[in-house]
Amino acid sequence: MSITYLEAIREAQAKLLRDDERVFIYGQDVGGTFGGAFKATKGLAKEFPGRVLNTPISEDAMVGTAIGAAINGMRPIVEMQFADFSSTALNQILNNAGTHYWRTNVPVPITVRLPSGGTKGSGPFHSQSMESIYAHYPGLIVMTPATVEDAYTMLIEAVAIDDPVVYCEHKYLYYHLKADKLPDKGLPTGKARIAREGRDLTIVSYSAMVQESLAVADELAGEGLEVEVVDLRTVKPLDIDTVLASVARTGRLLATGESFPWGGATAEVIARVTSEGFHLLDAAPQRINAKDTPIPYHPNLWAAHRPNPKTIAAKARELLRE
Amino acid sequence: MLQTVQRSGRKSAGKKATPHERFLEAFRWMLLARTLEEKLVSLYRGGAITGGVYIGKGQEAVSVACGLFLEKGDIFAPLIRDQAGRSAFGEPLVNVTRTYLGSRKGPMRGRDGNIHRGSPRDGQLAMISHLGAMVSVTVGALIAKRAKGEKNFVGLSCIGEGGMQTGSFHEGMNIAAVEQVPLIVVATNNHYAYSTPNAREFACHDLVDRAKGYGFEGYSIDGTDLNTSLEVIGGAVKRARAGRPPQLVVASVLRLSGHGEHDDASYITDEIKREPFAQDCLKRAEKLIVDLNLGDAETLKSWRAEAAAKVDEAITTAQKEAAPNADEEDWCAISTRELADQAE
Repeated sequence: MSITYLEAIREAQAKLLRDDERVFIYGQDVGGTFGGAFKATKGLAKEFPGRVLNTPISEDAMVGTAIGAAINGMRPIVEMQFADFSSTALNQILNNAGTHYWRTNVPVPITVRLPSGGTKGSGPFHSQSMESIYAHYPGLIVMTPATVEDAYTMLIEAVAIDDPVVYCEHKYLYYHLKADKLPDKGLPTGKARIAREGRDLTIVSYSAMVQESLAVADELAGEGLEVEVVDLRTVKPLDIDTVLASVARTGRLLATGESFPWGGATAEVIARVTSEGFHLLDAAPQRINAKDTPIPYHPNLWAAHRPNPKTIAAKARELLRE
Repeated sequence: MLQTVQRSGRKSAGKKATPHERFLEAFRWMLLARTLEEKLVSLYRGGAITGGVYIGKGQEAVSVACGLFLEKGDIFAPLIRDQAGRSAFGEPLVNVTRTYLGSRKGPMRGRDGNIHRGSPRDGQLAMISHLGAMVSVTVGALIAKRAKGEKNFVGLSCIGEGGMQTGSFHEGMNIAAVEQVPLIVVATNNHYAYSTPNAREFACHDLVDRAKGYGFEGYSIDGTDLNTSLEVIGGAVKRARAGRPPQLVVASVLRLSGHGEHDDASYITDEIKREPFAQDCLKRAEKLIVDLNLGDAETLKSWRAEAAAKVDEAITTAQKEAAPNADEEDWCAISTRELADQAE
């Protein structure tokens, strides 16, 4: 048996609906016989009547409704059709869900699923990675699973957590990643994973960039260079201890992320390693992100816009020469 | 179809109207709110309150009707001019003074101030400043109650004509009707969004006409008339509780203050102050009490004294309490403390 990243997300939701009557799924086209734009909820509306609900095209109200339900005992999962559209729900996510526990002492256990990142031909409004925006604001946990196993266990964990979780699932991984079976248990939330060990360079990554970084590690291994790949798993909280321990072994750091370059998760990794582990570094830390333009439609442009094995490898070689 | 739009302002506004059975009770909540807010204004002017003071002067009749008919188990989402409704719903007076005066014992513990306070566990939602956002939150609370098998509950969400122009409000109204939750939305048109008059806020003939478009039942009232407010808002609560579609009540008043106490409201024209909706609802209610002999001068005097004593006690209590201490604050925005990020 082989299960994809997307199927793992569906299976996690099926399990959540089965095990916890407080859970319901709320989003555009998730219900009926359709099962979501990407089929992440396929068949669930039939299996769990009244608990997988189509909504109007109202991202703000979808999240607002989830907040109200959550503070009254439910565990809603909101599916954004694309991460990009969560921008119209920013107010509810950041200002309402993100501030609620701090202000009132009442936590808001919502999970907002964001189908994130680029696939070729999707263009400026169906390709964005929003994790850095959500991580910037207080009160939210931001998950960025990079494997089938994490896609499954982290979504289950997201719903169990009493605080709002923004769960960034990468669309490129939906069909490309496969596993033999689903695990019962994953690493604890907030704990990064060493995806590959190496002693010459640390590449810190998350979401789809983990797979790209692993490809680079393979390529550089052919040149006799050992790259360690750290998968952050959650960008917030950021497991800086695991990153620092890796940098202590390699002395070199490259942070990769698919979101836009100004600020963000990769900048945060570099800032913390520089201030907390400056003495561990043998070379200036580097980062690689998408370009500072909207995400292009044409596959030729899109492939060059986001970090890819070629550009990551070039940056890695540059760093290793220093 | 179920959607109806009625303008019921004239129905019960005449002098011969029989007062609503809860008229005097409502009047006393209004009096308490007015007394409290006048005191808060003087504390603000004296520098004892940091931030802002936002009062509901002129809107107490509508507000009290919003809180009065709700019961334990209902959801109330008040906004910034709803002191009367908050009190009638059951908010302890000391929660107000603790929040305004920054006591660490207040519901917001110094983390948020003034009218953002709430007590979600008691059904009173804590508004955010971004208007319209609380409508869908109220809807979600009602969906949860329905899912849990609770019965006979309603939710009431307050808004102004300013907040009605946000996208968030529109989405919230629409989703409420789609979900067919027992919701009442009470919109108080106080004729100014901060300093902007109605003519620059919306261009429709009457805001209540939107009810039909949303799939709500709509009612339009003279919000300076306590009796009408009680009858129509009370009726809307009853209808929502009985399973009718969501209810919209649009009340017309004039804000008899600035947006906040920092605002001298010099933009409010003399012309608009002569409009019928510019009447003071508290004075109108008091006049009705006298005209209909519902209470004599002595009774009114004793009610005022009682309100003043309650307010003084709430203020004295809060003033004696310690302010929050930054060194003792845990500075953690999530409840799952082990997942707090270490960012500095």
